[in-house]
Amino acid sequence: MADALTVDIVAPDGKVWSGAASRVIAPSVEGEIGLLANHEPILSVLRAGTVRVTSGTDALEFPVTGGFVSFDHNTITIVADAVSTDED
Amino acid sequence: MGGQQRVYRQRIRSTQSLKKIFRAMELIAASRIGKARDRVTAAAPYAHAITRAISAVAVHSKVDHPLTNERTDTDRVAVLVISADRGMAGAYSANALREAERLTERLKNEGKSVVSYALGRRAASYYSFRKREVASSWQGESDSPQFGTAQEIARALYKAYVSDGEDAISEVHVVYTHFTSMVSQEARVIRLLPLEVVEGVAEPDEDVEPLYDFEPGAEEVLDSLLPRYIESRIYACMLLSAASELANRQRAMNTAVSNAEDIIRQYTRLANSARQAEITQEISEIVSGADALAAS
Repeated sequence: MADALTVDIVAPDGKVWSGAASRVIAPSVEGEIGLLANHEPILSVLRAGTVRVTSGTDALEFPVTGGFVSFDHNTITIVADAVSTDED
Repeated sequence: MGGQQRVYRQRIRSTQSLKKIFRAMELIAASRIGKARDRVTAAAPYAHAITRAISAVAVHSKVDHPLTNERTDTDRVAVLVISADRGMAGAYSANALREAERLTERLKNEGKSVVSYALGRRAASYYSFRKREVASSWQGESDSPQFGTAQEIARALYKAYVSDGEDAISEVHVVYTHFTSMVSQEARVIRLLPLEVVEGVAEPDEDVEPLYDFEPGAEEVLDSLLPRYIESRIYACMLLSAASELANRQRAMNTAVSNAEDIIRQYTRLANSARQAEITQEISEIVSGADALAAS
């Protein structure tokens, strides 16, 4: 399946990552939620954990300390309190 | 006579070294402005995302949150002034403080008592010099604000806003300096609490807003969104003020450099005429000495 989701991950001091993805898994306060294309619109609070993004053949991981995720019209916005970008 | 010349030369030398310092500070400020403006732009997506999310909640559920309700049980209001840590920025801090004074005056006329919060050493010392009480002050990073500090400030104000005790406050105003362009910055006042979410609400979308599913619930989502919204507003104010401070500093230092050049020019003239006077006097001494010898 083509990457149908538009993903933006933003932190207070700037955009962390943005691009197309086929699947996003986010650590919501009520457990991990997996988001695929055409999911129903959702606004969920995140707890500390790892946001996993599958973009093409790449699997990306973003450890976050909290925040929220919003999903509508196949656009995902993950608003993170702090993202540690130590994967590089 | 020789002493006169030496004094002038000394002054020229010290003014020259001051001029070098002013020039260096001007260049430092100029190079930091770009970075400060980038940070203002970088913070925008976060603020935008939060505002959108809040308006989504507001559309789909009845917003009834302590942060959006007016408090009537206390007449204490908070004023947060954002100023610089050091001077050398022209009238930057003075303008912000004057705006804060005007606001304080207005609030007092409305029968409210004002609690001051100071960000930046200039604001803190302004209040302490006048022996006025400051509820809290933060210093040390006025030209490169950190989000952590914004969070700290937001939490302090938030705590006072929701508390029931003696130190409760009913409104929060922020005085900051808006960065419009490199040549135009102005001190502005915004009312932070109670909240009015303005931007982003009127979104003329072709279809109605999607029906959101809130997890765990609309209330809880709002509970976690609103404090973040305040943090991001305060952070945005701090970033704009930092950019304004640097722009003001660059301008002030530029003026200082040209003043130093004026002074150097003036002293060079005085030194030259002192040297000329000395030569003239020596010649007249020699000539009159020779005349006296010839006459005898």
